[in-house]
Amino acid sequence: MEVSMIKILIDGKQYEVKPEKNLLETCLALGLNIPHFCYHPALGSVGACRLCAVKKFRDADDNKGRLVMSCLEPVKEGLIVSIEDDEAKEFRTAIIEGLMTNHPHDCPVCDEGGECHLQDMTVMTGHNYRRFDFKKRTYTNQYLGPFINHEMNRCIQCYRCVRFYRDYAGGKDLNVFASHNHVYFGRHEDGVLESEFSGNLIEVCPTGVFTDKTLKKHFTRKWDLSNTPSICVHCTVGCNILVSERYDSLRRIMNRYNGAVNGYFICDRGRFGYEFVNDDRRIRNAKIRPQKEENQVEADNEILTSRLKTSLAKSQKIIGIGSPRASLESNFALSVLVGNENFYHGISKKEQLLTHTVLDFLQKSGVQTPSLKQIEKADAVLILGEDLTNTAPMIALAVRQASRNIPNQEALKKGIPIWDDGPSRELAQDTKSPVFIVTPFKDGLDDLSEGTFRASYDDIAYLGFVITASLDNKFPVSITTDYEHQKFADKVASVLINAKNPLIISGITNGDEAIVYAALNIARALFESNPKCMLSMVLPECNSMGLAFIPGKSLDDLVALSAVEEINTLVILENDLYRRATADMVDFLLERSKQIIVLDHLTNRTSVHADLLLPAATFAESEGTLVNNEGRAQRYYKAIVNSNHVRESWRWIDEFIKINDQDKILSWNRFDDIVSSMVNEWPVFSKLKTYMPDSDFRMLNEKIPRQTMRHSGRTAIHANIAVNEAKIPNDSDSPFTFSMEGQPERPPSSLVSFYWSPGWNSVQSMYNDLDEPNGSLKGGDPGIRLIAPDGTVDIPYFKMIPTAKKLQKDEWMIVPVYQIFGSEELSSAGHTLTQRIRVPFVYLNRKDADSLGAVEGDRIRLVISKTNIVLIVRIENSLEQGIAGVSINLPGMPFIELPGIGNIYKL
Amino acid sequence: MLSILRTIWLTFLHIFHKTETVEYPEVKPYLPPRYRGRIILTRDKEGEERCVACYLCASACPVDCISLQATEDESGRRYPEFFRINFSRCIFCGFCEEACPTYAIQLIPDFEMGEYDRQNMVYEKEHLLISGQGKYPDYNFYKNAGVSIGVKGKGEGDHEEKPLDLKDLMP
Repeated sequence: MEVSMIKILIDGKQYEVKPEKNLLETCLALGLNIPHFCYHPALGSVGACRLCAVKKFRDADDNKGRLVMSCLEPVKEGLIVSIEDDEAKEFRTAIIEGLMTNHPHDCPVCDEGGECHLQDMTVMTGHNYRRFDFKKRTYTNQYLGPFINHEMNRCIQCYRCVRFYRDYAGGKDLNVFASHNHVYFGRHEDGVLESEFSGNLIEVCPTGVFTDKTLKKHFTRKWDLSNTPSICVHCTVGCNILVSERYDSLRRIMNRYNGAVNGYFICDRGRFGYEFVNDDRRIRNAKIRPQKEENQVEADNEILTSRLKTSLAKSQKIIGIGSPRASLESNFALSVLVGNENFYHGISKKEQLLTHTVLDFLQKSGVQTPSLKQIEKADAVLILGEDLTNTAPMIALAVRQASRNIPNQEALKKGIPIWDDGPSRELAQDTKSPVFIVTPFKDGLDDLSEGTFRASYDDIAYLGFVITASLDNKFPVSITTDYEHQKFADKVASVLINAKNPLIISGITNGDEAIVYAALNIARALFESNPKCMLSMVLPECNSMGLAFIPGKSLDDLVALSAVEEINTLVILENDLYRRATADMVDFLLERSKQIIVLDHLTNRTSVHADLLLPAATFAESEGTLVNNEGRAQRYYKAIVNSNHVRESWRWIDEFIKINDQDKILSWNRFDDIVSSMVNEWPVFSKLKTYMPDSDFRMLNEKIPRQTMRHSGRTAIHANIAVNEAKIPNDSDSPFTFSMEGQPERPPSSLVSFYWSPGWNSVQSMYNDLDEPNGSLKGGDPGIRLIAPDGTVDIPYFKMIPTAKKLQKDEWMIVPVYQIFGSEELSSAGHTLTQRIRVPFVYLNRKDADSLGAVEGDRIRLVISKTNIVLIVRIENSLEQGIAGVSINLPGMPFIELPGIGNIYKL
Repeated sequence: MLSILRTIWLTFLHIFHKTETVEYPEVKPYLPPRYRGRIILTRDKEGEERCVACYLCASACPVDCISLQATEDESGRRYPEFFRINFSRCIFCGFCEEACPTYAIQLIPDFEMGEYDRQNMVYEKEHLLISGQGKYPDYNFYKNAGVSIGVKGKGEGDHEEKPLDLKDLMP
């Protein structure tokens, strides 16, 4: 949509700008620096800090003018302002001077130092000498959990933290206390911050009140970190992140702006889940098992090669198991080694079926799957059976923003622009865009909900079919239901059909086919009347969608095959099979395999069975492409130089192929070679070739530096080992170099490796990379959509109507309970995040617990498909009676297939 | 001809001038206290390490010859886990001393650092850290900072009020 531009005059110079914005964001988009604190593009303006004062003139004849806050000044045709006006400058300096009277002398020991918005603003306004002779105010700090460090003395009372935590992210347990110049930002008492997005306080806070506790353990200043753009591997959303390295270890994860995916924020699992890369359990050296029944021992190259030669001889039949957490390229390499017919996806048959169903639907039905940005634009949301806050937290955060759309429209009608945060929230009060939540137990988004529906999975799916029937009277299956269900379904249907941008969210993590079919049916029915309707399906892992594009069979198929014939050599790529199938099945499969080759990062239950265990590089040590749940292919790059035996999985497999078949010449010397090889083999990925600059990309003949211009210690880092400086490691796989040398100009948007612009050392410097605050990155948001909704194929409705399962006495319906901390494999290995992982538990309704004679904290035994698990009881009254929610995939828990029917006994 | 004779005469006169050359190393030259020689790390009056591992010296260093890693003790006091200066690269510019916010890193009038093996020019913390305060006595950074560490609680610093009672409503 083309907006008519208006003309404004800033410091005597005319600019053409977009209307309906505030003056501050307009100036920042134009590259004019106005100091500010409380304004944040995602949070809007409140005019609290008074720092962004500029002079506004009534007309050309007015030469006196008056001070206004630029963040609260709408841009209008003919606006005349001055940023450089002496009085305005003096005013801003005075504000900073006032703030600095109580700011402690902490910069050298403050983790924010060097990337501090307050430092930047102080320099920008020119305040440099303290005239205030009196004592400084002090506060006591709080313990806020293992992720966030609290240092309240540094606070400048901008209110950004509570505005983010409460207003934006819906947190409850951070607030502002006391009055006048005593205001205090913290919890009502010491304790762990509950929000899943608390880590963003680190970036939102303009000073060092909230800092990264995991970084504090191995603290490094921003300018010393060597940064690489990357993609988060801890869920299906694929948030863009910046990975920072120093002294060959991963130091921290920061958000990387992508206007279409994650804007300014990421979740705590993404931010603090990185520690597994540095963990002691990392496999760093190749190991072999000399004989069956013997222990694995470290192997040198010679032994390893001879062993590989026997295992991978051409006469051997090799079976490969891929992984939804490995990159497309590694999976591709494995399928080349074993051939398509011997390539297995390494996920259960059900999961594979559901992902394929979802992909097929998204490709053919014409229903579009939204990016996070588009989710934020939805005006009616139905969440069907998916616990978003725990499986895909960023989608939950986007839904939270979507719930503000209707009140924002109301505010606009009354002349209150969206960025004017105070009045628009005051006007909205508790009105929200309709969000319907249909889940078996309480949900993190319940506070937004216009209607919640708590039921068993069968009833949830059934409700989905009822909604479909109310949306489309041509729905071919006759549905009968009770009055309450019908009323709820009709309400949902009428809201969805009247919305401009309705959104259906569901997922396959619940493991219930009927819910998936119900969600797809609703989307299909809605699409008939509104082609703008959206469907977002949550998948279990970072590359689940990518794997769905690749031909291959399921793990169940392989177990079935192993019953028929013995497997000569089994190659397992970055996959802990014990998380995918029951221990009996996996034990059987591994017993029937003569040679087991495992490529992985961490020691796990599968890797201990390996006859050859090879260290695979993590996302931080390799290049790769991941496809997120909206079908967006995004690439991550190597941040750490590989040490010891650690190599990219595709490089290991390339070696396997050379050993296996010497006639096959692949010449995969660089990452680009395997990408083009893959694109030739699987044309579905052909867009990847043009997707982003390859490793030959140069800016004025130079590679893009990973390090900042002020990277220190180059001639001393390795001086304890050898005083002669080592050569910079060669990186043939990416357009980056492990050095500070290169073009200081901004690289293309997908290759931005750190945020910095003159005068802006904090993360706020990203204004420089955006076309406007909240907009897209200059040059377009990175990532390429592989799913182009077709819309020409008429997909029939799914007609599999679930019938409520009959439960015997003592039987329970067991549903999975995902946990943001713990249910994901890699992040759970980090020692800080481990502190947030709960003991495996079961949710029970109080009445159910009473009937078992159990109270909160008691231990029970769950028996489900011959697996026994001991769990701690937690009372959860939102569950229907007869349903038990069991935490899933927590460390130490065996695999159980859920949903299912099980027995519970009190211990 | 005349100029040659003049040169010989002037050279001859130098015999009676005061000699500028000293018989180093038997005679040591006078070096003023602010002479920029060998770099040391100092301690505060209480005998604790002054360095708070803020990385400013490393970033100021034009030849990038300082490398360190910050860590903390149980009380939250930050100090360098290791601190390395590669003197074979150092140009004794003194920028690190200027950058140091705690007077920890100081250049002293000692230049006798010659080595046969270049590797020996790499100094670790144990070679750099002295027991005294160096040129700047009496400064203790933590007394002035707002953080609370072992030596000082919140509000006990030189320029600090007592920590606020949040429940107090008095203006």
